[in-house]
Amino acid sequence: MSEPALSPDERGPIVRDSLGVGIATGLYGTSFGAVSVASGLDVAQTCVLSLLMFTGASQFALVGVLGAGGSAVSAALTAALLGTRNTLYGLRLAPLLAWRGARRLGAAHLVIDESTAMAVTRGSTAAARTGFIWTGGSVFVLWNLFTLLGAIGGTVLGDPRTYGLDAAVGAAFLALLWPRLREPGGLPLALAAAAVALLVVPLAPAGVPVLAAGGTALLVGLLARDRSRPGATA
Amino acid sequence: MSTWWAVLAAGLACYALKLAGLSVPHQVLERPTVRAVADRLPVALLAGLVAVQVLGGDQDLVLDARAAGLGAAIVLLLLRAPFLVVVVGAALTAALLRL
Repeated sequence: MSEPALSPDERGPIVRDSLGVGIATGLYGTSFGAVSVASGLDVAQTCVLSLLMFTGASQFALVGVLGAGGSAVSAALTAALLGTRNTLYGLRLAPLLAWRGARRLGAAHLVIDESTAMAVTRGSTAAARTGFIWTGGSVFVLWNLFTLLGAIGGTVLGDPRTYGLDAAVGAAFLALLWPRLREPGGLPLALAAAAVALLVVPLAPAGVPVLAAGGTALLVGLLARDRSRPGATA
Repeated sequence: MSTWWAVLAAGLACYALKLAGLSVPHQVLERPTVRAVADRLPVALLAGLVAVQVLGGDQDLVLDARAAGLGAAIVLLLLRAPFLVVVVGAALTAALLRL
């Protein structure tokens, strides 16, 4: 821990950028809260999801599968599988943040897309920690606050279909997927996975089609293993 | 009750996955096979979720206002609209079609 502290000139812009990301991300906790109660969860379950799970895509997935009539097991499994990308983020963050013990236990909860993005580009541990904590912390506070507001709002509104909230769920997933479609092989994989899911819909109970789509990643990943990109870190 | 079970189990699983990344020695998870599959998993799962969420019915496929909502979302994403605008735009489109 002999890291030099950041000068105010270095620290200021990192904190500002982090808060900007935190506010933008936290706001859409409103849509999660509303979608979650529209999917049949109550306000308490919705808020516990944001507090405990705290990773947007997995949360949307869990309520999406439950809302479609899927079993608790397939809902939990889909959410956990989506959460595996946070493991990869952690791998990249570990040497950069260099936290141990209780701090690592606390930091782990804040490992999400946004905090990772705002930390991995930094040149020093002090700068990476600043970006990580301010982004992760501000997203956590605002995401939970706006989840509660969205859930209460959703409860007051009544039938979610009147407001097109069922259509909002698909749009949320697409928006989360969108940046990944530009990666090499992203679009073909997405189209194949969507096709697999739709083929399975008439054949299996709700929840299973999404897991089958995940199976596409397993297949394509195993096939691509031998051609793994040298020096790829992204 | 099973909803609570799903919420708590999946919540704990997601935390464990985050902690694993910060704690597990690199060589365990940085094997090319694990990485090749893990890199692709979010894309495949999210694509499956989009498809089922928009076209899925009760064990069949349904084309309704949700598809129009997704169309609106695609247009908004192409225009680089922020997340909240995309989601609200899709909802509004579907809601207006149902009036």
